[in-house]
Formats: sequence, C-alpha cells, structure tokens
Amino acid sequence: MALELKAISATNYPTLGIKETERVCKLIDVSVCIGCKACEVACQEWNDTPVEETYPYTGSYQTMPELAYNFWNLIKFREVELGGSFGWTMAKYQCMHCADPGCLRACPAPGAIVQYTNGIVDFVQENCIGCQFCVTGCPFDVPRLSPKSQKVYKCTLCSDRVAAGLEPACIKACPTGCLQFGTKKQMLEKAMKRVRQLKAQGFSQAAIYDPPGVLGTHAIYVLPHGDRPEDYGLPRDPSVPWIVSLWKGPLKTVGNVVLLGGILTAALHYLKFGPMRAEEKTRG
Amino acid sequence: MTNGWVDIRNSDVILAMGGNPAENHPCGFKWVIDAKKNRGAKLVCVDPRFNRTAAVSDCYVQIRAGSDLAFLGGLINYTLSKGLYHEEYVRLFTNGPFLIKEGFSFKDGLFSGFNHNTHTYDKSTWQYEQDEKGYVRQGPTMQDPRCVLQLLKKHFERYTPELVSQITGASVKDFLRVAEIVCSTGTPDKAGTIMYALGWNHHTFSVQILRAAAILQLLLGNIGRPGGGLNALRGHSNIQGGTDHGVSYEKLPGYLKIPSVQHQNLKDYLKANTPRTLIPTSMNYWGNYPKFFVSFMKCMFGRYANKENDFCYDYLPKIERDYSWVNMFDDMYQGKLEGMLCFGINPVANGPHSNKMLAALSKLKWLVVAECFETETAQFWKAPGIDPTTINTEVFLLPAANFAEKDGSFTNSARWVQWKWKALDPPGEAKADQEILASIFLKVRKLYEQVPGTFPEPILHLHWPYNNPTNPLLEEVAKEINGQALEDLKDENGKIILRKGHQLSSYDQLKDDGSTACGNWIYCGCFTEEGNMMARRGLKDPTGLGMYPEWTWSWPANRRIMYNRASCDAQGRPWDPTRAGICWNGERWVGDIPDYKHDCPPEAGLGAFIWLPEGAGKIFASDLAEGPFPEHYEPIESPVKNILHPGVSTNPLAKTFKSDMDKYGTPDEYPIVCTTYRLTEHFHFWTKHITVNSELQPEFFVEIPEGLAEELGIKNQQEIRVSSIRGSVQGKAHVTKRIKPMEVNGKKVWQIGIPIHWGFAGRVKGPLANFLTPTALDPNCSIPEYKGFLVKVEKV
Amino acid sequence: MELTRRHFLKLSATGAFLSGLGFDLRPAMAEVKGLKISRTTETQSTCPYCSVSCGVIIHTMGDRAANVTPTVVHVEGNPDHPINQGTLCPKGASLKQYVVNDRRLTKPLYRSPGSTHWHEVDWDFALTEIARHIKDTRDKTFQSRDEEGRIVNRTMGMAGIGGCTDTGEMNFLLVKTMRALGVVYLDQQSRL
Repeated sequence: MALELKAISATNYPTLGIKETERVCKLIDVSVCIGCKACEVACQEWNDTPVEETYPYTGSYQTMPELAYNFWNLIKFREVELGGSFGWTMAKYQCMHCADPGCLRACPAPGAIVQYTNGIVDFVQENCIGCQFCVTGCPFDVPRLSPKSQKVYKCTLCSDRVAAGLEPACIKACPTGCLQFGTKKQMLEKAMKRVRQLKAQGFSQAAIYDPPGVLGTHAIYVLPHGDRPEDYGLPRDPSVPWIVSLWKGPLKTVGNVVLLGGILTAALHYLKFGPMRAEEKTRG
Repeated sequence: MTNGWVDIRNSDVILAMGGNPAENHPCGFKWVIDAKKNRGAKLVCVDPRFNRTAAVSDCYVQIRAGSDLAFLGGLINYTLSKGLYHEEYVRLFTNGPFLIKEGFSFKDGLFSGFNHNTHTYDKSTWQYEQDEKGYVRQGPTMQDPRCVLQLLKKHFERYTPELVSQITGASVKDFLRVAEIVCSTGTPDKAGTIMYALGWNHHTFSVQILRAAAILQLLLGNIGRPGGGLNALRGHSNIQGGTDHGVSYEKLPGYLKIPSVQHQNLKDYLKANTPRTLIPTSMNYWGNYPKFFVSFMKCMFGRYANKENDFCYDYLPKIERDYSWVNMFDDMYQGKLEGMLCFGINPVANGPHSNKMLAALSKLKWLVVAECFETETAQFWKAPGIDPTTINTEVFLLPAANFAEKDGSFTNSARWVQWKWKALDPPGEAKADQEILASIFLKVRKLYEQVPGTFPEPILHLHWPYNNPTNPLLEEVAKEINGQALEDLKDENGKIILRKGHQLSSYDQLKDDGSTACGNWIYCGCFTEEGNMMARRGLKDPTGLGMYPEWTWSWPANRRIMYNRASCDAQGRPWDPTRAGICWNGERWVGDIPDYKHDCPPEAGLGAFIWLPEGAGKIFASDLAEGPFPEHYEPIESPVKNILHPGVSTNPLAKTFKSDMDKYGTPDEYPIVCTTYRLTEHFHFWTKHITVNSELQPEFFVEIPEGLAEELGIKNQQEIRVSSIRGSVQGKAHVTKRIKPMEVNGKKVWQIGIPIHWGFAGRVKGPLANFLTPTALDPNCSIPEYKGFLVKVEKV
Repeated sequence: MELTRRHFLKLSATGAFLSGLGFDLRPAMAEVKGLKISRTTETQSTCPYCSVSCGVIIHTMGDRAANVTPTVVHVEGNPDHPINQGTLCPKGASLKQYVVNDRRLTKPLYRSPGSTHWHEVDWDFALTEIARHIKDTRDKTFQSRDEEGRIVNRTMGMAGIGGCTDTGEMNFLLVKTMRALGVVYLDQQSRL
C-alpha cells in the first residue's frame, strides 16, 4: 500500500501528480473526553509499541509526564478553574500533522520525514539520522528520540490503516465519540456545529483549535474554553520556530551552501540541547 | 437493567449516582454522550468524588459516601411536595392507591412490629387491606390517609432540602439544583433514567437505596418507558448470567428458591413460593411457579424425577439461614469448612476484610482454584506476612481457558444473552472450565459408584446427557437450559403444539406434570427448534429506538424493556408517541415484545407489572427486611449519629460479625470517611497482569483532598498510610481538588478514596483496598459495606 | 512480530544528491507499512470484562489450515455491534495481552501442606486427588437431618464459588453439580 507524497525532507518537493486527494483529519472534541485512555492503549496495541519500563505514578491520573518515543498518544489531565467553576480537563495530545510541518522543514536528512497529499506527516526511520532537528522544529513538542535505535518517532496517524481505507486505531477505539475522523472539510463542519451547540449551552468562548501559525493541522480540537488552550495542554498560537523558518525561508536560495547550513544546524542544536558534551554520540 | 445501554440515548435526564459509568462502562457511556449531543439531555452526577463522569456532566454535586438514601429521600419529597409526579401513571400502574392496614406506623427510626430482642420485624401491619375475597382495597383518588401515596408523603416529608444538606454534606443550593433537573421528568413528554452500580449496593442499607430510586422513578412515571428505567450497570461480563443461573446460596436458576427446611415436601414448598393473586384481573405470572420448578427438576434429574417422588425434591439441599459470602468465610474462619472450589473468582482480593479471608483460607484442608493467572487466592499461603510452612492447606491451581478460548454466552447488564465463538485453543495444558468441572464431577460420581458413600443418589441420578461427558459442548448445555418437551405437548383441543424431544420456544409452554424439562425458565426461548437465538446478529431496528430485536436474544422472551406496558396510558396509547416502546393497535400490542399478554386489550387490567400478584409497581413493599419504605440509616462506621433518630442510628437489621477479627471503628479514633472504587484503566484484579494497563495506572494510590493534606502536612506523591481498625495500606498520596471538605450536621468531615486494583500477585503489586473494609452486611441481600467506612491517615 | 515489520520507502541520500543535480528521481508515492490484519482469521467474541459486553473481533494468525497453531495478532471492537459500535475502553483495547501473556497458567500446579512452593503435576493426579477430597469431605460432613429431625440433605464441609467471568452455560453446570453434591455454601461475585 502506498500514499501519494506532497513533501519530502531535505529534498526539493516532488511534482504533484494529477490525483486530487482529500485531506484527512482527526477531530478531538474535548467537551466529551472522559480521559479513559482507550486511545492510548489502541495506539500502543496497533503500533506494537509496548512501553518496556513501567513509568512511576505521576501524582495525577496522567499516564506519564509527556510523550515518549514509544508512547505517541497521551491524555493530559488538569484540575483547573474554568469559567468560574471547577473543572477536570482531559485532552488527548499527539502529533498534529501540521499543514506546514516544522519538523519536516527542519529535517536535514533526505526522506526522513514525508508529508502525504492526504495531510499525514510521517517519519521514515530508515532515513532518520537522529539529529533531532525535527524536535526543535516542532511547535508542539511531539517527536521523541529512541535511546535504543537513535531514531525519532511520533504518531503516524496510522498511515498504514488509512492507506488501507481504515480509520486510525485511536479514533476507532474512542468510546464516547470524542475522537472523530474524516476529511478536513467534514471535521471542520462537525467542529463548527459542536461549537455552536456548546455556545448555546453557555460556553461562550467555545472554539475550534486549528492553529493558523502552521497553516492549520490535521488534528483539530473543539475546546469548550477556546480562549484558554493552555488549560488543555495546547500551546497558544503555535508556529514554526524562527530559526527553522529562516533556514527554509529567505535563505532557501542559498540553502545548499554547506557552510551556512552547518552553522545554522549547529545553532539549532545548541538552542535545543545546549552545548554538546564530549561523550554525546553524533550519527549520520 | 430494566432498559438497555442503547436506550439511554432516548433519555432527557440521566442521573448517574452510586455509579461512575464514564470510568467503569465507557462504551456504554457513549449513549449518555449521544443523548447529551443529540437530544440535549442533561447529565447529573452525584458522587463522593468529582470523577470522570462528573467531568463531563452538566451538574455535579458531592455527597458523603453512605448518605445517598437521604439525598434520594429529598428528591422523593421534592417531587411529592411540588406535585411533580406523574399522577395518572401512579394511579394506573403503582400501588399508590392501595390501602395499608391500620396499625402500620413509623416512629423514631423503627416501623411497626419491631422486636427489640431478635432485631427482626413482625410484618403483619405492613400489609394491604384486603376484602373478604382476599383482594386489595383501593382508594382510587389517592386521598385516603391510609393509601400508599399519602403514607409515602408523610414518610418523606421529613426529608427537606435542609435535612438532606445536613446529612449528605451537599449544600441546599446544590441539592435544589439536582432536584430541579431530576424531578422534571414527571410529564408524559419527558423521560429520565438512573444509572447506578456498586456505589449504591455496597451499604448495609443497599436494597433500600435501590428502593428509593425505584420509588422516585415510579412517581415520575419513568419505569417501562424508552429513555426511562432504573439501570443497574453491573460489573462483570457475565455477572448477570451468574445471577440468572442461581450461583447463590438461596437461589436456583431463574430466581427460583432453594428449599427452606420448613418445607419438607414439594407441596409445602410450592405453596409457600407461589404467590396468590391480589387483584382479580392481575396476571400474577409468578403464579406459574410450579411449572418453572418441576421443569427445572426434570432437567436436573431426568427420568429419576417423577410425581411419585416429588420430582426428587429430597435431593436438593435445604437451608435455614444465610450461607452467603461473608457468612461462608466466617464459618471457614471458625474451622467449619474443609474445602472449597473457586472457579474464576479471587476471594482474597474481592471479599471484605482480606486479612480475615486469608486467615479463613488457611483453616481449609483443601482448596481448588481454576484460573488463567496465579491469583492472590491461589497463592494465599505465600501472602506477605504469612509463613507458608505454618499453612497446611493443600492447594490445586488448575490452568483454565479464557474468553477467547471457548464459545458460550455472556449475559450483559441489559439482559442480552450474547453467544460468542472460540478463536483458539487454550495455552499449554489449560482446559475450559466446563471440562475441568465435568471431569471433577465425573470422578466423584465414579467414586460413589465404586465405594459406598453418604446419600449418593443425587450424584448418581444427576442428568448428564452430554455426548462427551467429560467435556460437554456449551451448545448442548444451552439447549438444556432452554428446555424441551418430554412428551408431545397439546393445546386444549388436543392438537399437538410441540413434538416430544423438540426444543421449547417459550416459557408459556412449561408444564408442572413432568412433561417439560427446562434448566432456567427465564432463558426459555434462547435455543429453540429454529436454532441458537443467542447467535443471531441481525441489525434491524423497527422501532427506531435502538432495541435491535434480532441482535442475539434477551431474557425474558426477547423483551428489551421490562414493564413496557407502563409506557402506554390506560387505552394503550404511548405516553410519548415519539418514544413508543409498545402500543395497542386494536388487535394486539406492537413494538417491543410486550410485557403483557400480546393479544389482550388494554382495558383487561392485567396490570403493568404482570409478574407481581398486585400487578402494580410497588411503592410500598413488605418484602424488604427493614421496612416497606426506605429510611436513611448511617453506615455501620459513621462519623456522625443519625440526626433523624439518634437512638436507631444504623440499620437495625444490618448484620455484623463477632469473631476476634471482626472489629468496627469509631470516629474518635478513625475520623475520616473512606470509599473504594475502580479506575477506568484497570479491570478489577485482572489487568494488573497485563503490561499496558499496568503502565496506565502503575501504582496504588490514595486520593485525598487538598485541605486534609494541608492539615496533615502531606504533599502530592508522598508515601502515606491509611488504617482502619481491621488493617492498613500504604501508598502514594494523590492530593486533589476533586474532593472537598464537607459540613455534616455542623461537623467538618473529610472523605478519601482508594482504588481497588492492586494486590500481591501481578505484574505490578500494591496493597489490597480490602484490607480496610468491614464485614457488615445488608439484611436483604448480604452485600458487604465496602463504601463509607472509617479510617485514619498518617504520613509514613 | 514478523508480520508487522515496517516496509517504508527507501529514499537514499544519493537520490537526494542526484536530484540536486537536476535528475528527478523523487518518488511520487511512498510505501507505508503493510496492514498487520489484512489476512488474519476473524472471530466474533465478547469482551470478558465489564457488563456492557462489547462485541470484539479477535484476529488470529493463519487461515485455520491444518498445520497452523493460531495466536492472537490483534483484537479490535466489532463495528457492527449495536452497543459499542467498534469502540473499546482501555481494558478492551488491550485484550490481546490478556490472551497472549507470559503469566498465563499452562500446567496444573499443586501445593502440599506446609510447602513453600508449587509443584507441577499432571491433570490426572490433580483431578483424582480433588475428587477424593470432595467425597471424603462430603461423606464426613453430610447432614441428612437437622437437630429438629427435619430432612436437610446437605454437605456442610465444602463451598463452591465463582462463575461471573465464565459463560452462562458454565454457571449452569456449576449450579447443577454443586447442588447435586448438596452444597449450601454457594456464592459468586454478584454478592460483592
């Protein structure tokens, strides 16, 4: 099974074919999330990514503090004051599959990150050099390096299932229908309808989260308190970091200048990870 | 459940109380979300903790664990005092108009007839007033001060919002917020449902909490209607099936009763258990008891059961007292038992007071456990703190197949009996439980054939008609449960309606003369001549209400909503035409399988509750041990005295135990209210054997409110110890805003919560919550009080 | 598991270099990993956990051919089931691990009085010993009449519990056999 490509990291973008592919999209309606973690389990089960070590208790219902290279789907739990009353928010967190993926833009390894015409951003570990520029490039702090394989991993939006005509595993499992899947157009329509409903129920700030800073995402949210995305663990106004934009933006014409590229990549690495230690292994 | 999971989508108001469906039944909870999204239904959550159901509710109110009945009493009073009840429904379908005998009274926490020495009731005043023929006298206007409705009003007028607040710790404002929503469904165009589970069951007054909820739903006209009902969520995949098939000391399959020692012959037994009609026209379906019982005995003992020997009535054991779980383990602890067989159950973890469970098991001579995993019970002899060399119990741990490795049926809480298929063989030498049980039984039978023994007849004569006796096919057993004709069955004109040897198609065909055999009469119809009805997978939904009559099979008679006659008015027209469960079309009832004679016109007055001798829903019920109306009593361990009647603070009929291990704490030493519960990430004590679920909730923890943590100087994730008078557990503190301090009768009361899922056997380990829980029982059903007991909390 | 090996596109650095020189070797399509359940055998079953009783589909490896020992590859919700409609909770979603689990018991185990450990035994030993215990206990503790001389015909020395996690049919057999043995201490999870 294959999917048509739209963009490939560190490579001139391919010529698009004549096929019109619908863009796919996940809708996460936080107002009906019960934090059951079925999506977390379905993700691990489908992708065969068991967590080898048992993470200790986090002091909350949240399974672990953050995403991991083998844990691509995390529900964040927060006890917060919302709209004047107490609330316990639970919101699924995973790769957003940005229309303008910062990870792909930052990636120096040809073919390590691809974007399909259906909107899925996928990591191709065979081509990954483990440099973690994608980690810096991601405005959502999603990709994670495996210490075992020295490759970076994240949610694939179940590209294998989607290519075969199935929905992603997390979507299928979700008991309450908090997770929905379809075309981006359909999901936006559903989200808008739900926002109207929530507004009518008194959630005056209900809104769709589809951040324009990354030209929209292929995982969008309905937030009952849309003015406070942080309370659901989502960044406000995310965008591709300036240094990545600079590299792949105005400097694109001289993008093949190895020296400058080298300086910038070093700067990127420094920004994200600080000074390199002697024992740190560099690959690729 | 009176209704079903999908039917919840037809509700306007959903009260989740005494249950946490979002966490414990997520896939059933989808229908709550569906109702919220598509009908604009309101979800109300009343619980000691702000849980995951509360997180998506429209209205949440915190109450003290163990005070639910007072809260429901307040709702009943609110409904009655504001005139919000569905008056026509109450008059037509409940015993609201029935007159109660003079002399019935309630004073200072006790109903009339209480015997202070025996702590039992003489129920002679709790009866309907009857005419000379023995039929009930009624006051159709429901104004007579001795009619049930007026007595109910009087009984509950004490449950004012202020009193509810004092007992439960919820504010008056919060109580009224709930009351306004929940009590709004008393009109024909509205339907409300209640979802409850062990939060209501785990008390020494559990049945009375359910009674209060049933009364509220009857008053609001919600029983029998699509979108209504009183829905027990239940906890295990086949716990409904286990209950239906009578794996209980006092029952036989189909809710028949195990004989009492008082009934020494079949005639006395049948007389005592066959109810007499109380309304001239009522159907009184339980009046067919002899047919159900005789058919069961023919199934048990085949050709050996005949009229001359009372259908082997003597072969059944007779009881005179309570032999249920906690009594069983108490007797075991006293050394009265030698052996035990456990099939797929883990008493050390499940039962109250785990330390007593462990001590009791160590007094056994032999123990057999059939399981998929090594459980706490199987390895009780190596429990922490126990020296195995001092334990002389022989233990057999038999490897069993799991669900995927055998076929057979599970009955869900909506009474759907769903057949499943075998996907693969069990691993290694593991065997299906039916093969293990049959092999053991046949070995015992062989011993009785070879070596003389006591009263071998029931063993030798047990009907065992399976092709491969040591490994019965579950289809064969299912056919046996359904039942068959043992002779040609004829109608009143002598026409043959069913040939000898054919499968029965309905319990209407059962006979009390030995010409039919039926293992469980309520399952009659599940495996007919047409085949295995439980294996059906049809998706037609003719009513559009989500009943799916061709999807598997539902007891009784494939009916999807119980008491559905009450969904229509006196003329058989649905109260709400947009939600018509059934309706009378002039010739017969159409829609769901009617809970009524299918061709009997509505005017015939069979009663909407055809199972009961009075044909009416019981607002007043003399069947209960501690009173015909529910009354708030405090838990056995309570931080406060009952402010309604301090002299009778706890349920006067609640059972406690007297061994040296059975102790009950007091608030001076144990001031904090504790409740136990499940988390959505785990299933009971099974998923701690599974990697992924062990990661989702890796460690035992205790939920404690912020304020209490501050008082005790406890920080989040700090190690703490929780102790009751019976035992203690240690684990991480989960300091949360989700439990607030409460003001109970002027006293500040703290409440904490303990999830149950850990133990000393498993991939992840932790203390058993049941080291803390008390051995105190409800007098009606002997369920232990796992919720609302007293503890103290310390830093470690 | 071999079936789930990733088959990703192979884009070499060389290809990218060549493309920089003007050779267009860029693929228009990328291979994604194969669907691990594309040729499995599907069996309809019911989740054994809570009482919603969700429909599940068990995917086993192999096509039921004679020489194959199937193992569970994956478990997913049955989309046709009217209640769960394909969805599952975090317990149902991990059912594969409930079946394929290194903690599963595969041999009868026996612990003798005072022993500190289990012994593996064969089935015949276990069944024979259990049957002997049952008969001994029954014969020793059977009560034909109570103190008042009433017929009671019951076995006082043994208890039987269980059933809620097993099939309805097994429950029925449990009642049938226990009552024939005269057991009165009979109970199950629904009491708790």
